[in-house]
Amino acid sequence: MKDSVNQPILLVEGLGKTVANHANHKQVLAEDALVILHDIDLCIQRGDSVAIVGPSGSGKSTLLGLIAGLDVPTCGTIHLDGKNILQLNEDERAALRGEKIGFVFQSFQLLPSFTALENVMLPLELQENNTTYAQARQQAEELLARVGLSEREHHYPGQLSGGEQQRVAIARAFVSKPSLLFADEPTGNLDTHTGQQVIDFMFELNREQGTTLVLVTHDHVLANRCARVLELQDGQFCSTAKTAKVEQG
Amino acid sequence: MAFSSGFFSPGTWRLSLRMLGRDWRAGELRVLLIAVVIAVACVTSVGFFTDRIQQALNHQGGELLGADLRVVAGHPLPARVRDIAVNYGLRSAETRSFRSMVQAGDSEDALGQSRLAEIKAVSLGYPLRGALKVAPTRFVKGHVTQDLPKPGEVWVGPQLLQQLESNVGDSLQLGYLLLRITAVLTYEPDRSGDMFSIAPRLLINLDDLPASGLIQEGSQVHYRYLVAGEPGAIAGYRQALTPHLQRGENIEGAEDARPEVRFAMQRAQQFLGLAAVVAVMLACVAIAMAARRYAQRHLDTCAMLRCFGASQRRINHIFLLQLLALSLIAGPLGIVGGFLAQEGLVMLLGQLVIAELPAPSWTPVWVGLLVAMGGVLGFALPPVLQLRDVPALRVLRRVAVQSAITRRLQPATILAYCIGFIMLVLLVIYQAGDVVLGGILLSGLLLASVLLWTAATVLTWGLKYFLQYFLTHFSQSKSSAWHLGLANLTRNRRASTLQVMAFGVGLMVLLLLTIVRGDLLQGWAKGMPEDAPNRFVINIQTQQVAEIRNFFAQKGMADVELFPMVRGRLTAINGASVSEQRYEDTRARGLAAREFNLSWADRLQVGNTIVQGYWWGDGSRTTNRFPYEFSVEEGIARTLGLALGDQLTYEIAGESFTATVTSLRSVHWDNFRANFFMLTPPGVLEAYPASYITSFFLPAEKNGTLDELVNAFPNLTVIDLTAIMDQVKLIIERVSMAVEFVFLFTLAAGLLVMSAAIQSTLDVRLHENAVLRALGARRRRLWQSLAVEFFSLGALAGLLAAFFASVLGFVIADQVLNMEYLLNPWLWMLGLLGGGVGVGLAGIIGTRQVVNSPPLAVLRKL
Repeated sequence: MKDSVNQPILLVEGLGKTVANHANHKQVLAEDALVILHDIDLCIQRGDSVAIVGPSGSGKSTLLGLIAGLDVPTCGTIHLDGKNILQLNEDERAALRGEKIGFVFQSFQLLPSFTALENVMLPLELQENNTTYAQARQQAEELLARVGLSEREHHYPGQLSGGEQQRVAIARAFVSKPSLLFADEPTGNLDTHTGQQVIDFMFELNREQGTTLVLVTHDHVLANRCARVLELQDGQFCSTAKTAKVEQG
Repeated sequence: MAFSSGFFSPGTWRLSLRMLGRDWRAGELRVLLIAVVIAVACVTSVGFFTDRIQQALNHQGGELLGADLRVVAGHPLPARVRDIAVNYGLRSAETRSFRSMVQAGDSEDALGQSRLAEIKAVSLGYPLRGALKVAPTRFVKGHVTQDLPKPGEVWVGPQLLQQLESNVGDSLQLGYLLLRITAVLTYEPDRSGDMFSIAPRLLINLDDLPASGLIQEGSQVHYRYLVAGEPGAIAGYRQALTPHLQRGENIEGAEDARPEVRFAMQRAQQFLGLAAVVAVMLACVAIAMAARRYAQRHLDTCAMLRCFGASQRRINHIFLLQLLALSLIAGPLGIVGGFLAQEGLVMLLGQLVIAELPAPSWTPVWVGLLVAMGGVLGFALPPVLQLRDVPALRVLRRVAVQSAITRRLQPATILAYCIGFIMLVLLVIYQAGDVVLGGILLSGLLLASVLLWTAATVLTWGLKYFLQYFLTHFSQSKSSAWHLGLANLTRNRRASTLQVMAFGVGLMVLLLLTIVRGDLLQGWAKGMPEDAPNRFVINIQTQQVAEIRNFFAQKGMADVELFPMVRGRLTAINGASVSEQRYEDTRARGLAAREFNLSWADRLQVGNTIVQGYWWGDGSRTTNRFPYEFSVEEGIARTLGLALGDQLTYEIAGESFTATVTSLRSVHWDNFRANFFMLTPPGVLEAYPASYITSFFLPAEKNGTLDELVNAFPNLTVIDLTAIMDQVKLIIERVSMAVEFVFLFTLAAGLLVMSAAIQSTLDVRLHENAVLRALGARRRRLWQSLAVEFFSLGALAGLLAAFFASVLGFVIADQVLNMEYLLNPWLWMLGLLGGGVGVGLAGIIGTRQVVNSPPLAVLRKL
């Protein structure tokens, strides 16, 4: 148990992603391949907060997809909480996600036909553990109250503002008490003020639950709230001062 | 309650049903649900209807016979039929039925209207099973009675009472009998429906029959001996009597009662059932299309569920449960709809077959539920099952994974498709009632589908290129409405073709049953000369011939010819005895069993032509090679396998008579003249007892002549062909309406296919139109483009319908009615315009939100 506490929550080595850049997908030749990520090494400790920044097309979202187990790399290894996720099949990766990972997306990704409360309950309902319906409901209500949306529990996403929707999404991300939270441009669809509010909630919850945060963003102000900032360019990391500082620590 | 991931876990159920409820509220499932309801309603409506008739036949078999068993013959039954029944201690009764004229009036001086009636004379004890119902006056509901008309009394059906303009208490003349009407007969357990009887009913006491003088030589009388008793005794009686049965004598038990109704029922089940299958197939297409869109719209949801840890199995369970729940909601709804709809069929057809139908069994309910399950699992499940393959990555990047789910077919998906296919195959076999016939019909359906598909494809393709060519080369206007409309039509060519096909089938049936049917009936009526005989007079006795000739001469109808008829049974062909078993063909079996009317003539009648051999009046013939000869109608010769030179032996009035076939004749039957299968030269059959028949044309204003004729010769039976033709027309009309009724489901299914097709392109349409409007396109132009699209679609379906209706009309005219079929331009006009306007309007209504939604709202949403 102690070992697992000491080991990094995420360890990525030699990660690469290449896709076919040819009309005929069945025949991928080396010269047709498009390299999106190249030889990425990354080590993230528990409770850490890491921002991945970079221009459009630098491979940020692809990297997030890979380390969250949503996609499979062309080469390299990913250890999530000590498990090599590339040795797991799709369903085992899904189970791991359900257990350990929370997500916040730029476009919120709430189920439009579910109420705010039902959306927040969803990760608990999908978990294969002993959580009862009543427990799930109680936890979801508490989190919605925590993000200030008690009054909006029974509203559908279409009846909520962008900021409110993102707060629901944050509540949903934290409801299963994930070890690791991935956020993909969480303020991308929000104005500065609302974005600020949302981010405050996210960091607060992060602190309270001791979650590890991995954030992909364009926004340098937001990135600087993280303990560590990694800049991705043309599929490779280029170090920044803050990165160096964190890496030394 | 804890969550777990199995199929039966409450968590999965809750999630699944919650999604189902929300999707329903959002209108996502409407087309899917309605398609299942229509498929089920259509199958069950036909199912309930035929099942009720089947129930009547199965459980009321005894009542439908008025007995547990009856012996039926065309001649008086021999004494042993009664003797054996007495030995087995059975209760018995007798009936005789025949057609005759009845005349209203109190005395010979004041006789009124005369009408043809179906007379049934019954003995004490009738009916042995079931009960008669009578009413004191017309328009009153009948009540059960244990009585029978006493001698001197008569019970009359309400229809006959109306025709005779009589009431209870009045008298009527039947043959030489004057009878008093004492009740209105409203129900007889063993009476056939209107389809099998040509005249209304009249019930008398058997004791009165001899005095009527109506049973004479040549009279067609059905003799029935009814028995009832313990099942063991009945079985014993049947077994004991069977070896003694003579030709033309049959035993009918409760289980094989009413073969004519069984036959009609089987045909109804096959025909209406297959019409229902067409609707089910279209509904399944709609289900598949709606489910595909449903799956498309749930890609994000599934990606989300996957992202938060749902396994592929869980995703499958969630959607499988939803679909099962949907089929459990839609199935019963469809069954209720089908039950209500079958009342329509009962109204149209039921009374033609059996007067009072019992409640249906549960079988159609199970069939309906299986159709609901099969339709949903077989056609909605496959695209939905593919959802498990939605990559979780879709939550981050949408475009790359859009098509991934449609490419690979999982084993479960293939299995689901198999379920759907098997359901359809089983349904066809169930409706056909026989595996071989089902197989043939299934191949026919597949062939017809391929044919329709090809035709629809060619038409859709052709229209696009024709209009493109036309617009490029001839049109001066730069109307983008046409281009837009056509682009939409061909955007999803497969869906367009399907819609053309679906509407084509529905419209074709409507055209066939209205315009083509009308044309055929009219053409047939036109083909008959205006003075074609419209009255038959039968039962003329030999001694009355001179008097009747005289009567007609006095009425200025001297050319009315009387033809002799001698009844005889074919007993041997070339010395080999004839039995029903010898023939496989049902018509041949019937002919072998029944009595023939033989006649003689010295010259060929109008409408008769010698096709083989020679006629005895022919001058080319010099010697008389055969002592006796027959001229045989070619159709019956073919059925019975007769050829020139064959020696036929007939039993006539207990004696054997043999003659050689020397000619085969073709007979133009539909000229309504008295014609005969078998003719001999004069001077051969005169020694045998004969009756005479005649047919003639009687103008409406001379109807009184017939009342005088019947008044003078009460034993004669006059058959009014106009009335029979009217009844045939009525029956055709009712049957057509019933078929149209079932095909309304097909049209409804067609509309659903259209609705599903519109839905599947709705997002693209909304987006495009929003962009067009944002760029300055006027709403009118968008309306026009929609009109072009849907009017073209409907017009193509109409064209297809008119084409196939014409082809079928031609085949029926040529093969069945032997007449020329003239192409009716209205058929094409109506198909084109009716299809265009009908489908056009439906399409525009279905897509109105495309034009009416504010562009900004649409662009924001997308």
